Amino acid sequence: MKAVITVTGRDSLGIIAKVSTACANYGANIIDISQSVLKEYFAMFMLVDIDRLTIPFTEFVDKMTELGREMGLEIHTMHEDIFNSMHRI
Amino acid sequence: MINMSDILETINMIREENLDIRTVTMGISLFDCVSDDVDRLCEKVYDKITRCAERLVPVACEIEKQYGIPIINKRIAVTPVSMIGGACDVDGYIKIAKTLDRAAEALGVNFIGGFGALVQKGTGKSAERLIEAIPEALAVTERVCSSVNVASTKAGVNMDAIAVMSKKIKRLAELTADRDSIGCAKLVVFANVPEDNPFMAGAFHGMGEPETVINVGVSGPGVVASAIRRAGDCSLPELADIIKKTAFKVTRMGQLVAVEASRRLGVARGIVDLSLAPTPAIGDSVARILEEMGVDICGAPGTTAALAMLNDAVKKGGVMATSFVGGLSGAFIPVSEDEGMIAAASSGALSLEKLEAMTAVCSVGLDMIAIPGDTPEDVICGIIADEISIGVANNKTTAVRIIPAVGKKAGDYVEFGGLLGRAPVMPVSPHGCGRFVRRGGTIPAPIQSLKN
Repeated sequence: MKAVITVTGRDSLGIIAKVSTACANYGANIIDISQSVLKEYFAMFMLVDIDRLTIPFTEFVDKMTELGREMGLEIHTMHEDIFNSMHRI
Repeated sequence: MINMSDILETINMIREENLDIRTVTMGISLFDCVSDDVDRLCEKVYDKITRCAERLVPVACEIEKQYGIPIINKRIAVTPVSMIGGACDVDGYIKIAKTLDRAAEALGVNFIGGFGALVQKGTGKSAERLIEAIPEALAVTERVCSSVNVASTKAGVNMDAIAVMSKKIKRLAELTADRDSIGCAKLVVFANVPEDNPFMAGAFHGMGEPETVINVGVSGPGVVASAIRRAGDCSLPELADIIKKTAFKVTRMGQLVAVEASRRLGVARGIVDLSLAPTPAIGDSVARILEEMGVDICGAPGTTAALAMLNDAVKKGGVMATSFVGGLSGAFIPVSEDEGMIAAASSGALSLEKLEAMTAVCSVGLDMIAIPGDTPEDVICGIIADEISIGVANNKTTAVRIIPAVGKKAGDYVEFGGLLGRAPVMPVSPHGCGRFVRRGGTIPAPIQSLKN
């Protein structure tokens, strides 16, 4: 199973490093990353494999939200099924 | 691979356009709780509801978190209480209402529906006593909702029941006068009531339903309004297509939540209700969709046509997105719960009569409408009979949830707060139909051919 992590907010040093470290710590394997910065505004989408998470997924969602709060960013983690069901027939 | 623009679209719908699942409602049959001892009955009702729905709120919260989609309400619908309380007197019914309220509180759900009766063809003794109990039952409880079906296309219109319900609505308004007559917001009078509707105040667990069931109501007026705005000056067929596509996406999310909720709870999957349900929040209004479509202000000539097109497109888009459609499935136009409706009614552009016309082409009926507290029973009776007849003649559900706000006159406001919102008190015709109602009996069922 996969999840989509979106990170948005003001650009700063080491955002990808911190988010990917957190992913590694909780056993979320990064499959794909897309990132851009537009006028100091940082936006990143990560597709992660959550089959080998070391904590329950809902707890992982909270941990990532908390990390975002610490870094002054918005981090949302959503199960991929919501995108698949909405945009695929 | 998931497409980046799809991710952005979904996130934008949820964060900016108020997309949410309006309700996950668990239906629970109470038939096995029947007893001739009311205390024993209440004990069984409490035990069954709290046992069956024990995990409803935690599971809904878990789904909410996993998919990042807000689920606004978690609710419970039970077997119409008049069907299990046949041996009860009026006080007994009030006791059952209090029991339902306690069970809802224990489970953390904000409304529990089903304190009601079906009397379309005549009022039985147990239904009569339940209706008698409604004003006090709803005044002394917080979470209990009540609905009474007074008519159907097959049975006709039970005018005697409408006359009684008008009295009960007035009484309930008086009993809750200190809170802007809020009790009336929990009471609906129906024609052709659906038995699997997940939305309050009209939800109950119908007789043909499984033992327990999960029904889901979607929402998303803000998403539809934004999609129309983005489309600019497109033609009407293009507009219909945009609405259909949006409704499809919104409903797919409802379907996902319905499947997950029923799987995790081990409860039968019921229906997804394809309704556009507004809230008083800015950007979550059905009236604003109509204005975005090109009507100057909700209530202006053209409103009914725009609403008919919207309602139809929502259904066409939604039907393909879910395996089982049910409930009310259509655009809701509750005045106090819709920011645009409140504005239109306050400015005088939207009248009670126009609302009545609009209900002929959408769900549900005259909903959350405040009228002066001194409106005579005869007039309320006429308003209900008119609305109910629209449903009966057109083979659709219609309903009346009207609030004769004690001490208020046209132009004043009632404030309920939360999802129930606020409403301007709308002027009502001073003319009644007392003689017509007092003739008594039932208006015969309408002919189903020669449709003109």
